[in-house]
Amino acid sequence: MEHIRTPKVEQVKLLDRFSNKSVTGTLHLTATHLIFVESNSTSAQEIWILHHHIASVEKLSLTTSGCPLLIQCRNFRLVHFVIPRERDCHDIYSSLLRLLRPVSYDELYAFSYNPKQNDQQREEGWQLIDLAAEFERMGVPCDQWQLTDVNREYKVCKTYPRDVYVPITASKPIIVGSSKFRSKGRFPVLTYFYQEKKAAVCRCSQPLSGFSARCLEDEHMLQAISKANHNSRYIYVMDTRPKLNALANRAAGKGYENEDNYSNIRFQFVGIENIHVMRGSLQKLLEGVGTRSLSMTDYLVGLENSGWLRHIKAIMDAAIFLAKAVTVEGASVLVHCSDGWDRTAQVCALGSLLMDPYYRTIKGFMVLIEKDWISFGHKFADRCDQLDPDPKEVSPIFTQFLECVWQLTEQFPQAFEFSEWFLIQIHEHVHSCQFGNFLGNSQRQREDLQLKERTYSLWAHLLSENQNYLNPLFSPSFAESHPVLEPSTQAYHFKFWRNMYNQYDRSMHPRQSILKHVLTLQESNRELEGTVQALKTKLQKFGVNTSPLKPQTPPRECSLPPRPQSLILGAPLLSRKEVQQEEDEEVFGEEAREDAPASTGGERTVEGSSATENSYGELMGSFGSKNEPGVVTLEFGVARMTC
Amino acid sequence: MEFAELIKTPRVDGVVLRRPFMPTVEGTLCLTGHHLILSSRQDNTEELWLLHANIDSTEKRFVGSLGTIIVKCKDLRVIQLDIPGMEECLNIASSIEALSTLDSVSLMYPFFYRPLFEVIEDGWQSFVPEESFKDLESMTDEWRLSEVNKDFSVCPSYPSLLTVPRDIDDESLCKAASFRHGGRFPVLSYYHKKNGMVIMRAAQPLTGTNGRRCKEDEKLINATLCAGKRGYIIDTRTIAVAQQAKARGGGFEQEANYPQWRRIHKAIERSNVLQDSLIKLVEACNDQSHSMDRWLSKLEASNWQSNVKEILTTACLAAQCIDREGASVLVHGTEGTDSTLQVTSLAQIILDPACRTIRGFEVLIEREWLQAGHPFQQRCAQSAYSNGKLRSEAPVFLLFLDCVWQILRQFPCSFQFNENLLIMLFEHAYASQFGTFLGNCVAERGKLQLSQKTVSLWSWVNRPQELERFLNPLYEPNNLVIWPSVAPQSLLLWEGVFLRWNRSTKCLDEAYQEMVHIIEYNKELQNKVNSLRRQLAQLETEDKMVADLK
Repeated sequence: MEHIRTPKVEQVKLLDRFSNKSVTGTLHLTATHLIFVESNSTSAQEIWILHHHIASVEKLSLTTSGCPLLIQCRNFRLVHFVIPRERDCHDIYSSLLRLLRPVSYDELYAFSYNPKQNDQQREEGWQLIDLAAEFERMGVPCDQWQLTDVNREYKVCKTYPRDVYVPITASKPIIVGSSKFRSKGRFPVLTYFYQEKKAAVCRCSQPLSGFSARCLEDEHMLQAISKANHNSRYIYVMDTRPKLNALANRAAGKGYENEDNYSNIRFQFVGIENIHVMRGSLQKLLEGVGTRSLSMTDYLVGLENSGWLRHIKAIMDAAIFLAKAVTVEGASVLVHCSDGWDRTAQVCALGSLLMDPYYRTIKGFMVLIEKDWISFGHKFADRCDQLDPDPKEVSPIFTQFLECVWQLTEQFPQAFEFSEWFLIQIHEHVHSCQFGNFLGNSQRQREDLQLKERTYSLWAHLLSENQNYLNPLFSPSFAESHPVLEPSTQAYHFKFWRNMYNQYDRSMHPRQSILKHVLTLQESNRELEGTVQALKTKLQKFGVNTSPLKPQTPPRECSLPPRPQSLILGAPLLSRKEVQQEEDEEVFGEEAREDAPASTGGERTVEGSSATENSYGELMGSFGSKNEPGVVTLEFGVARMTC
Repeated sequence: MEFAELIKTPRVDGVVLRRPFMPTVEGTLCLTGHHLILSSRQDNTEELWLLHANIDSTEKRFVGSLGTIIVKCKDLRVIQLDIPGMEECLNIASSIEALSTLDSVSLMYPFFYRPLFEVIEDGWQSFVPEESFKDLESMTDEWRLSEVNKDFSVCPSYPSLLTVPRDIDDESLCKAASFRHGGRFPVLSYYHKKNGMVIMRAAQPLTGTNGRRCKEDEKLINATLCAGKRGYIIDTRTIAVAQQAKARGGGFEQEANYPQWRRIHKAIERSNVLQDSLIKLVEACNDQSHSMDRWLSKLEASNWQSNVKEILTTACLAAQCIDREGASVLVHGTEGTDSTLQVTSLAQIILDPACRTIRGFEVLIEREWLQAGHPFQQRCAQSAYSNGKLRSEAPVFLLFLDCVWQILRQFPCSFQFNENLLIMLFEHAYASQFGTFLGNCVAERGKLQLSQKTVSLWSWVNRPQELERFLNPLYEPNNLVIWPSVAPQSLLLWEGVFLRWNRSTKCLDEAYQEMVHIIEYNKELQNKVNSLRRQLAQLETEDKMVADLK
């Protein structure tokens, strides 16, 4: 609290990002949140912004109406306040600057956040995801793969988990030798086992081959991976980098596998760009879609120039290559990039999700993230800018993974147990630092921080409200007919994810949400089924036997071609959030409070009819004036009304 | 002329049909006067029946003696026919070419088509202007139905009955007509019940370079304003284009002569530009080799989405003037038969819940497109694969349907119909067994005797068996004005039309079925609960009666 000089400022204006609309209210600064409360008593909206979500604060030059403060958030919210007095603005500004740059982990919200659970509940939360059980589910250990204790003390690789799985034939000296030949000691380990063909997906970092160096143990290691799979004579080595980058790395004593030194490998570059390119790309994307009165041309040109969808397609292409090699050819694949914690994580996780329906369920998706991202040391703290920021380390690698999954949900609306709101919620919490899961850069660091004792698990929280994240169209039988997803990678199948990158620009979203509508119906169906049962029991007391309910099987004979091209639409479920809000204000504060007025209105689905909507003064004003075209003001009129 | 003269080879065996995302079919190809038929002569395999009128262009290639004809259709489908035998292939190709480009309207299929269903409700009689006028009369007495255009001499492209302000006599209408392009004087398009504001439409005024004026025209449109009220004139052209039109005798309303009106210029493209846009868009959608960047840049270069945005924005603006500003609107472009109709009809969908029902939407198309004189036959003569010299082809109606689809996407529960209805209308506007979209205006349709000689599309659509396909299961009547977002992020490519033949929709269709199932199951359960409750209540009262008796 010592950083907060002015806890409350009144008469603050909040400007809408895309129109000239503004609302007036009070700004509160707490130790964890920046809160804006609209003064209008009837439909008072509140906006809660977690300090950790703030990516940047900018104080613009003084205007006649006050001092503008521009806040950009990592969850793609952008707020523009105008504070009447310059001094207040400066106080808020400097407090925020301090608050959004925590110097130690202890300052992170997760360490003060308390969802009123006891220690046992907390512990159970952390036990929900069990990676040993996950490997067991895959069929590991088995006659070819075993758990090794070589990294028990994090001695061989500091950024790997303690428990890693390697081929039976890979002895400790081979592992240790191989790890010395790999960047950051990240030697090849198993991440996914495709039981049907006994093919393995392994991951590592680049070899320290330079121009000519070789390492017999590393060659043995790859040989061991190859031998563990009798179905194929060769293994693929996927270098997920563009060839040029890999070549450049050779000069630094790193590089890629020389096919002459490794027997029976098929080497393949797949060309996903590095973290710096991705960071720049997202930046450009957000600049494009954040422009006011954006024209269609500028939008599409901006989308193209950002390269964002190209990168998403590259990741998807790589994952499809991986899935095909494993499921069709039955070959094992070793995936790496430079350090093996960014692109490698993207490709391994997405590839596994294509191959294994389990990862398309809510629980399975958590397991997947826990395995390929958290345990194998994706540097969440650096990439998401949690602490001690180095802007060059920040990059939307994990966001891209979530987006790839979203693109898949668009092509396969029945394949996933969760809806896009689940993905967005995970994204929210990767940056919120409210739960312990994503803190730090590696398992080792998380243990040092005693996260399991001092913080709560996001997964328990998400599971507790999982009905909010269900995809009503999910069909468990889809997994049987499509165990392996084969998405189309035609460019036109990749769409801009408006509900992520413009998620707070509600006016852009469909005014009625099919997702919400169908979820509500499904819930009502469950209640009605109960009612029917209850009524029947009562009737039976009168000695009446009623016909059983028709089984709930969809009529398949329909040959209708109709389809809305996307079923995942619009705003997430809000009604539940309200309930949650009362129970648990701190957790849900941010979203719930903002959404509550809209949802209580009941009619948020049909906008444009509320009396509060401004009629446009410009139009009337322009009547008397003589300036000829009058087009510009009207354009804004429409923009304001409709955008 | 006999069709037989054009068909040199009526039948070829061993023809292979290839279509993306569908199994290849081998069978016999038959040509009839109006259809290209491919049948495998086996049960359970799909036959291809293609109207020659649906064929936009053909290409032929030869590899040895195997000929291949690529048939590109107006509904954007592309199919490939492998025909053994060089001569057969050449004959088939030239027949298709000739049969698909017949000039005479009276040779078109609708004149030969005999329905296999019983016409219960004749679509030709379904929409009578007198009926809608009755509705109007119940709300206001400010308007009258004029027969001034009885013999189509005042305005050839208008219907014979027109709704005009009560106080304007037919003589003034004739004078106003002589001041408007093609005689299209301002007429009523929409009356907003809520506040009595109206949308009128017309063609451009013929001011010319010397600023001609017409007192009757001024009086006519002023007569629609309440005392002390002002209105807006939405000119769908940019000010520059409107200025240029003066040189050709056209122009726009001068402030000095229309002091009660404020003019707004928008920038909806002219029809030839729109046709070019469609050709480019479809080319981009059909090229499977595109990288991400190339696809986005081609999509952008086609300008299609920009056209959608501009049209929708203009319609929102018109609706806004009516509903929010409480001001009446006059809409026109140059001829008043294209962009004008896009704007007035879309504005009605936004404002009037009736237009979002199937019946209301049909009425809207009948009134604002067919009777209002959109030249369907000229505009839809060719589609995206036209490579010949274009005359006046333009996807004006398709753009309107695209805009409706955009609104439907944003308000998925507010429309009684679904995307299928829109796609069906697109298909039938370009090639159909029904006579509805033949001809360019009411007068032409009368001459062709369409209502006697052909079947109306509406006779077919409104049959309960057919209607089912077009119903939106999510529909919940919504009496509010619906304001769509026109942000570029909110406007999507209409995949149901433009990627229809380029993707497999199995997964999407199944998901849709699942959604329909959830909705239907809900209704079923609700009925069940109600009937059980009734049963229980009855038993309880009986029980009580028995107890009372004891």
